[in-house]
Amino acid sequence: MAKYLLLKHYRGAPASVNDVPMDQWSPEEISAHVQYMNDFAARLEKTGEFVDGQALAPEGAWVRYDGEGRPPVTDGPFAETKDLIAGWMIIDVDSYERAVELAGELSAAPGAGGKAIHEWLEVRPFLAAPPTITE
Amino acid sequence: MDELLLRSLTPSVLTVLVRRGADFAAAEDAVQDALVEALRVWAADPPRDAKGWLVTVAWRKFLDATRADAARRRREDRVEDEPAPGPAPAVDDTLQLYFLCAHPSLTPASAVALTLRAVGGLTTRQIAEAYLVPEATMAQRISRAKRTVSGVRFDRPGDVATVLRVLYLVFNEGYSGDVDLAAEAIRLTRQLAARIDHPEVAGLLALMLLHHARRAARTAPDGSLVPLAEQDRGRWDTHLIAEGVGVLQAALARDRLGEFQAQAAIAALHADAPTAGETDWVQIVEWYDELTRLTDSPVARLNRAVAVGEADGPRAGLAALAELDTSLPRHAAVAAYLHERDGDLETAARLYAEAALKAPNLAERDHLTRRAARLNTDRSR
Repeated sequence: MAKYLLLKHYRGAPASVNDVPMDQWSPEEISAHVQYMNDFAARLEKTGEFVDGQALAPEGAWVRYDGEGRPPVTDGPFAETKDLIAGWMIIDVDSYERAVELAGELSAAPGAGGKAIHEWLEVRPFLAAPPTITE
Repeated sequence: MDELLLRSLTPSVLTVLVRRGADFAAAEDAVQDALVEALRVWAADPPRDAKGWLVTVAWRKFLDATRADAARRRREDRVEDEPAPGPAPAVDDTLQLYFLCAHPSLTPASAVALTLRAVGGLTTRQIAEAYLVPEATMAQRISRAKRTVSGVRFDRPGDVATVLRVLYLVFNEGYSGDVDLAAEAIRLTRQLAARIDHPEVAGLLALMLLHHARRAARTAPDGSLVPLAEQDRGRWDTHLIAEGVGVLQAALARDRLGEFQAQAAIAALHADAPTAGETDWVQIVEWYDELTRLTDSPVARLNRAVAVGEADGPRAGLAALAELDTSLPRHAAVAAYLHERDGDLETAARLYAEAALKAPNLAERDHLTRRAARLNTDRSR
């Protein structure tokens, strides 16, 4: 088994096919979208492949160390930052092919007009624990 | 109370229930419930006959669960006709349980989870923690696995090779957690070896023992990997090595070579060398030749190139590597090592950095990055 992160972007991914911003959907379309995501997660739990799913607020801040005895420096958000992560789902699956298959299904979540969004999701493998037998 | 003793009784208790007519899935649930109860009450009130106690309680749990399900009333009538719980038979069908839990219709992850629960007696929570997934996900994975094998006849012999693959996975890809999966894999393989006379079962057990023997030396206090050549061999467990070598020799004497015996033979040759410099690489190359003949595994072919590099010099190793596909995992890492040995530090540093980017785990990535960094620092001095 291997864990994969399915990463959803607010910004930075190539444009989706059904590229209408969410605030221009009907409330029913939003509900249908949320329902799809919940059903997807519930289904993965039943197949024993679900690990975690979280959404992030779009607004964040940049923080860095500013030297001994000084409070951390905060800055941003920077509007020009080209990549903005919206949330993720972590899955534990038998193969990379299965991860891609599931990402494809997640990308089919309905958007404006009840049609699939076809949004681009980033699929990233986790770095696992090292195997014992290597030679 | 000895949790290991309790867990070692799990498979035989489960098979008693199945023999009495309980279906596998329900029996397995009942045994889990009985184990949980044993953990709760045995500390204060240990039974004289542990297995008899477990059989009695598990059977009662099974009847309770069956009764609670009104839709299954007809089956309840049937099971009530079965003989009352009594002394458990001395001979059990644990072996059949191994085959069932590793059935080829299961995915590797499902087979691993089911084996750890039904044969190993671990709780769903322990298995979930070991594999870093939520308990609910692991519970579903196990119940799906049980549904998948629900139609499988319990009395047909299975394929030992599938069982060995599952146990190898538990040993080799075990994460660190509350449960020591490597030790658990060894326990389950020992238990299997006691029940079936098969040189590859012995080969796998020997392989596990020989690698487990190096465990203390394999990681530095900061968690970083220590390569075989740099390990403090004084920290290898000589008892485990002696046991592993003994098991392996008995298996090899049967003259039915298989991949696990060949891998164990390589581990035994490493264990036999007092220092890395005294390793018998010529013999190791011969074993890799056997291994690639048996499995054609790309990992074995890569490792063979390393061994050739040690036996006949880095140029020979690079020549062996040149015959392999560069897209193989760890190809760049092996190439880096051979170029380093050959004195081409610039190429080695570049390849180590490239290998680090492709490393499948964090410890390996850090190790490769450090090697690249060390070569780059040395060259710039």
